[in-house]
Amino acid sequence: MNVLVIDTATEACSVAIHTPAATFTDFAICPQEHAVNILPMVQKVLAQSGLKKAELDFLGFGRGPGSFTGVRIATGIIQGLALGLDKKVVGISTLEALAQQASNQYIADNPEDMAFIKGTPVNILCAIDARMSEVYFAHYRFDGHSVEAVGHEEVLAPDEVLARLAEQNITHTKAVLAGTGWQAYAEFGITAELAVTLPSAEFMLPAALSQIAAGKALPIAEVQPEYVRDKVTWKKLPGRG
Amino acid sequence: MRILGFETSCDETGIAVYDNEQGLLAHQLYSQVKLHADYGGVVPELASRDHVRKIIPLIQKTLAEAKTTAEDLDGIAYTRGPGLIGALLVGSCVARSLAFAWDLPTVGVHHMEGHLLAPMLEDEIPAFPFIALLVSGGHSMIVDVQGIGRYKVLGESIDDAAGEAFDKTAKLMGLDYPGGPLLAKLAEQGEPGHYKFPRPMTDRPGLDLSFSGLKTFAANTIRANADDPQTRANIAYAFQEAVVDTLLIKSKRALQQTGYKRVVIAGGVSANTMLRTRFDSELKKIGGAVFYPSLGLCTDNGAMIAYAGMQRLQAGQIETDNVRSLPRWPLEDLPPV
Repeated sequence: MNVLVIDTATEACSVAIHTPAATFTDFAICPQEHAVNILPMVQKVLAQSGLKKAELDFLGFGRGPGSFTGVRIATGIIQGLALGLDKKVVGISTLEALAQQASNQYIADNPEDMAFIKGTPVNILCAIDARMSEVYFAHYRFDGHSVEAVGHEEVLAPDEVLARLAEQNITHTKAVLAGTGWQAYAEFGITAELAVTLPSAEFMLPAALSQIAAGKALPIAEVQPEYVRDKVTWKKLPGRG
Repeated sequence: MRILGFETSCDETGIAVYDNEQGLLAHQLYSQVKLHADYGGVVPELASRDHVRKIIPLIQKTLAEAKTTAEDLDGIAYTRGPGLIGALLVGSCVARSLAFAWDLPTVGVHHMEGHLLAPMLEDEIPAFPFIALLVSGGHSMIVDVQGIGRYKVLGESIDDAAGEAFDKTAKLMGLDYPGGPLLAKLAEQGEPGHYKFPRPMTDRPGLDLSFSGLKTFAANTIRANADDPQTRANIAYAFQEAVVDTLLIKSKRALQQTGYKRVVIAGGVSANTMLRTRFDSELKKIGGAVFYPSLGLCTDNGAMIAYAGMQRLQAGQIETDNVRSLPRWPLEDLPPV
C-alpha cells in the first residue's frame, strides 16, 4: 500500500510517502512559502519513490491544529489531489505527529529507562504556539508500543495548561515535551532546546496507516480541517446570537 | 478548448465550465451572504473556512452538470487576486493540485479582468476598444480597455466602492446586510424630486470617484426627516439616483476623453435596474452602446474566471509552479494577450 502525507500547519512544510519497501520524505522550514513549495515537494518525493501519482492508494494531511492559513493550504492541496486522483483521505493531528516523533526520540535517548521498559508509560505533552497568548495542547501516553491520547486537543493559556496538569499530578518538566508552545511562553519555564518542535509528515505515517487499517479513510467531500480554535476575535452585530 | 474556473476571492465560491465552442456548460455559485450577515460585513477567516467546506461538492456538482471529466478539460483557471488572501489561497491550492493530478495547465486570473470580460459570455459582445465601468462592493473603477490585458485605469474611487456605499446607506436605513439590493428595491417605491443628493467629484475634471460623502449625506437626510416608509423610499431613490448619475457623468466623460463609443458595466452594482435603464437611454442619445453581463454573472462567479483564463491559455500564457496569490494586484500589471 502506498500512502502520501503532507503537512503545512506550522512553519514547517513536509511530505512523506510510505511504500511497502521504504519511506521517502522531504522537510523544509519555510514560513509564508508553503503554498508555493508544497506541490514541487510532492513531485520531488514522488520521483524519489519511483511511484506514479495514480499508484498512490491513500492520501493524508496534517489536519491541524496550527496556523489557520497553513492548515488550509494542506487541506486545499489534498482536496485537489484526492478529487483528481479519486483517492480516500485521512486527516492526522499535528499534535499527535509531534507525540509520535517524540516517542521515537525517547526510545533512542533513553535505552536504559528500566521503569519504562517494564511497562510504566511516559507522558508526552505537546504544545504548539497558537499566538494570542495560547497554545494548542494535547497530552499523550507512550507505553513503548503506541502513542495514546489522554483527553482531547484544546487551545489553552499557559496557566490553564499548568492547572490541567496539576490536577493529574503531572509535572511538565518531568514529562517529555514537544512543540513550539513550551518555549513561546515564559510561564512554562522551559529554556532548554527541545528535540521535537515542529510536526512532520513522516511522523504522521503511523497514524495514517492505522486510520486506513481501521477503515477511517473518507471520500474527500467529507474531510475537513480541525482548527481547534473556533472562537476568534470577530464580533457579531448587537442582538445576533 | 474547455476550461474549469474557480472564483474564491471574497465571499462567494464560484465554479464553472466554459467551452469555446459550446459556451458556458455549467456554473455553480455558493454565496456566504447569510454567514456574514450577523457580523455586518465579510469576516475573512469565516470566509476562508466556508470556501474549504463548499469547494469540493461544488466542483463535483459543476462537472456533473457540465457532463465533463478530466479528459475533456484543457486547463484550470482560478482567481489569483486581488482579494482576501485566505480565500484566494483556497481556490489556488485546490486548482493547482487538481491540475497537477490531471496533468493540466493552470492560469491565475485577475478578478477584475474576469469582471470586465464577463459580458463576452453573452450573445451580443462588445468589440474592443471600450470603457469598462467596474462597480461592486469592493471596487469602483473606470478602465480604458484596448484589448485583453491592455488596460489603463482612468479613474477609481478614492474612498468607498459604489456597492459599499449602497450597503452602508442601507444599513443606516435599518436594512439587513448586504443591504444594497434591498435599498434598490426600496427605491422602486420612492418618488423623484424630494431630495437632491450631491454628485461627488463631478464638478472638477478627472475620472476619479468618491462615494463616502453620499453615505454621510444620506445619514444627515435620514436624521432630518420623518421615519415613515414613504420618506425612507424617497431618500433611497435620491441616493440611488445620485450614485447612478455620478457613474453616468463619469462614464460619458471617459467616452469623450477616449473617443470610444462602447461602455461595459460589470460587477455587482451592474445588476441595478435604475443604472441599466439610465445608461441605456443616455448612451443611446449620444450614439453610444452599453453592454452588461446577464444578471446571474454580475456578481462574483466562476464563469468569468474560466472565460478570462481561457483567453490567456489560448495565448500560451501557462503559469509556472512558483506562483503565489496576490491580495493586491494592479490591473495594469497584466500582460497583453
